[in-house]
Amino acid sequence: MTGGTAFRDVPRLEDPPLLRGRARFVDDIRAAGGLHAAFLRSPFAHAAIRAIDASAARALPGVRLVLTAADLNPHLTETRLKVALPSPAFRQTLDRPVLASGEVVHVGEAVAIIVADDRYIAEDALSLIEVDYDPLDAVADCVAALADGAPTAHQGAPHNLVGDFTLGFGDPDAAFASAAVVVRETLSQHRGVAHSMECRGLVAIPDPIEDRLTVWSSTQTPHVARRMLCDILGLREDQVRVVTPDVGGGFGPKLVFYPEEAAVAAAARLLGRPVKWIEDRREHFIAATQERDQVWDVELAMDAEGRILGVRGEMIHDHGAWTARGLNVAYGAVSAMPLAYIVPAYRIRSRSAVTNKVPVTPIRGAGQPQGVFAMERLLDRAAQRLGLDRAEIRRRNLVPADRMPYATPLKTRGGMQVVLDSGDFPQCMAEALQRADWDGFRDRQEAARVQGRYLGIGVANYVEGTGRGPFEHVSVRLEPSGRIFVATGAAPMGQSTRTMLAQLVAEQLGGDMANVEVSAGDTATSPLGLGGFNSRQAVMAGTSAHVASIKVRDRVLQVAATLLEASEADLEIAGRAVRVTGTGMQVTLAEIARAAAGLPGFALPGGRAGIAAAEEVVIDPMTYANGSCVAEVEVDAGTGNIAITRLSFMHDCGRALHPRIVEGQVLGGIAHGIGNALFEWMGFDDQAQPVTTNLAEYLLMSATEMPHAISIGHLESPTPLNPLGIKGVGESGVIPVAAAIASAVEDALSPFDARMNRVPIAPHDVVAAMLGDAAR
Amino acid sequence: MSDVLHRVRMTVNARAATIAVEARRTLAEALREDLGLTGTHLGCEHGVCGACTVLMDGAPVRACLVLAVQAEGAAIRTVEGLAAPDGTLHPLQQAFADHHALQCGYCTPGFLMLAMAMLEENPAMEEAEMVERLSSNLCRCTGYAGILAAVRSVMRR
Ligand code: FES
Ligand code: FES
Repeated sequence: MTGGTAFRDVPRLEDPPLLRGRARFVDDIRAAGGLHAAFLRSPFAHAAIRAIDASAARALPGVRLVLTAADLNPHLTETRLKVALPSPAFRQTLDRPVLASGEVVHVGEAVAIIVADDRYIAEDALSLIEVDYDPLDAVADCVAALADGAPTAHQGAPHNLVGDFTLGFGDPDAAFASAAVVVRETLSQHRGVAHSMECRGLVAIPDPIEDRLTVWSSTQTPHVARRMLCDILGLREDQVRVVTPDVGGGFGPKLVFYPEEAAVAAAARLLGRPVKWIEDRREHFIAATQERDQVWDVELAMDAEGRILGVRGEMIHDHGAWTARGLNVAYGAVSAMPLAYIVPAYRIRSRSAVTNKVPVTPIRGAGQPQGVFAMERLLDRAAQRLGLDRAEIRRRNLVPADRMPYATPLKTRGGMQVVLDSGDFPQCMAEALQRADWDGFRDRQEAARVQGRYLGIGVANYVEGTGRGPFEHVSVRLEPSGRIFVATGAAPMGQSTRTMLAQLVAEQLGGDMANVEVSAGDTATSPLGLGGFNSRQAVMAGTSAHVASIKVRDRVLQVAATLLEASEADLEIAGRAVRVTGTGMQVTLAEIARAAAGLPGFALPGGRAGIAAAEEVVIDPMTYANGSCVAEVEVDAGTGNIAITRLSFMHDCGRALHPRIVEGQVLGGIAHGIGNALFEWMGFDDQAQPVTTNLAEYLLMSATEMPHAISIGHLESPTPLNPLGIKGVGESGVIPVAAAIASAVEDALSPFDARMNRVPIAPHDVVAAMLGDAAR
Repeated sequence: MSDVLHRVRMTVNARAATIAVEARRTLAEALREDLGLTGTHLGCEHGVCGACTVLMDGAPVRACLVLAVQAEGAAIRTVEGLAAPDGTLHPLQQAFADHHALQCGYCTPGFLMLAMAMLEENPAMEEAEMVERLSSNLCRCTGYAGILAAVRSVMRR
């Protein structure tokens, strides 16, 4: 007896307002008397600030407030953003200031905030502020940053090393000493900017009567934002409400709390008027966090049968100028590398380097694509050396299904052991290969070569940690109107979170999703919340919703049994009523809620008041999803263009709560992965000056670049870690794609003995490889 | 900077509208701020993403690149005008829902208006041209497959 709404393709609750242009994104919110903010940003990657003269800006009609750090800081109880996730690996503390003072350390760093009657006037006033900068040496490259004698990204810093850790187990040196084959590669990996189609933004609305502040923010983490605002503004939790409106995509950077949020909120309180700031696209390029560069120097030891004996090496990670989240991208990369395979010995040292660039924090995939790329490139190289098919060498090393659950020697960043909970990795790869007609490819390739065309195929496997705990809050409440209210700390940004929660709640409570109201990402309706990141919300909020709904269901039946004078076993919830099976007798949900709400002096049905349950189901271990991607490409020998002619993707995220949404998440991830493989490059010159600051210079995937032949298949290995058997899927699509494409391009260019050790792969890289240009 | 306001008369979704704007105000801002039609979104404000696409005398334009004063006398259509007066979704809107052509939905109004113009120009547009035309707008969420499927489903070919 269930509602029939979970695990199927129900219509999305989000769609109607979005399709009608009646959604409410942050820039759609207009508060009476609202003012507009703009930020003066550093034009230099590194410079000392000698003086700031804002008098002309202040004098401009329509300007209400101009604040530099010197003006703002006296009003703050905390002038730096203390957001770093704890780690013993830190070598320096780099908490960024709300506004820069004394020194700017990246292009785009906020130096002053201007509030004016409209954005046009605010931007006019920006050009009237005079800042006397004294340019300093800039650190533009993460490898050079760690060289002896390198200039430092911050004046007075001892060096540019911010994080240093080694992840390892077993005895890699012994493994390499006994290896039949050792391969080694230097890999230069780049991931660019997140580019949600909606940039960041917030509206801060002060209420001087009650001394409260409401902040509408396009954030993935509203509860964190409230805590930060309380710390920075010296307010109590009950004085600050942070609420997310519709969010036009997140992909990582919106999980970070930003200086702009603090400055705008402070300005609104100082003025006693609402202030809105909407990031424009150029600001997104220079002031929203990015993922950028990792340079890997890694080697793989194998026995003569092609079994992995060990992996070791080093990785240098571009951290940017401040710590805006932690060492987690580097950690995610290094810990993702061995996960899909049996690796007996492993040691990677990761060093994070401070550079004069905007901080690095996770973007969809959060380092895992880079770790997978490193592993898969080494496996290809080893297959070449051993004369093995690239699929075969993987087959010999994938964690087999009969070893599940497989306790790896790895630990998560929180110190918990990584246990692969379920899955059949070899089967997953086999099905991907079959979809791709891997076995028939050599014939296709040869036939094409006869015509002077270069085809290639490549495969990559991944395992992704999803459902980061420890919890997400969900409450479920039946009100006297008969409607069911759900509130959660989860924060939607396009993943259909409201639909997902309504599906699970309706499944237990009558099957009418239209009777379920979901409030997500609002500190006023949820006391606790972690928010959206790490492919976690379906797993964590979904589980809490499921458990809370069952409790509410039990209570509904208990009250109904009293009202109907029937046994609970004979009752069923159908739509908005509970009826006695096989009879016409029923009582509506509204009547049940009214009875449970109580009458003065009368006994409560079931002896308890109200019908509600709140859950923060704690699940510490992550659940591991997996998948395999096969890319087939044609490389144009004349232009170096790479066309993806076929892409086969097989994945396993446990049970699919909504198969079409799952597929949509995978597709979006694949598109992002292709962008990372071929197009997306956030460029900086040797003074760390960004050189790609609009969407014509920085190439996002468009409809024409998406392969026509994409085949996605699903395996379902339910996880035992939650009662729904589900795993996260939001990031999976992106993880193996660059590795598979690089492998395919290399295969296409095998007559030239080309090595694709760098992403993105641009046409000129291909042409250089074909010309045998080692200096490319 | 200018204090001079210019009067602009246009029809927006078949209704007459008169606004007074500075010369530098974009059509997108005028629709959103002066007329309260916030369905038209801004994704880049430099003419690349297409989120701001509206129809001006039947042709798709980037409302971030058109000045409001340029719309004098024009007929503008926005996403708010797509559904029937009784609220029934236009078949194109319905197709977007049916084919999961939106996730966050931020790009959706721009794609809907672009596709509307395509449909009105040539409801039997060939696949290759359809893809080419739709590539003028950007979506970061969907990987485009759902958008292509939705538009394909309303083409009569
Ligand atoms: S906002 Fe107009 S094209 Fe991007
Ligand atoms: S649905 Fe999010 S940008 Fe297109």
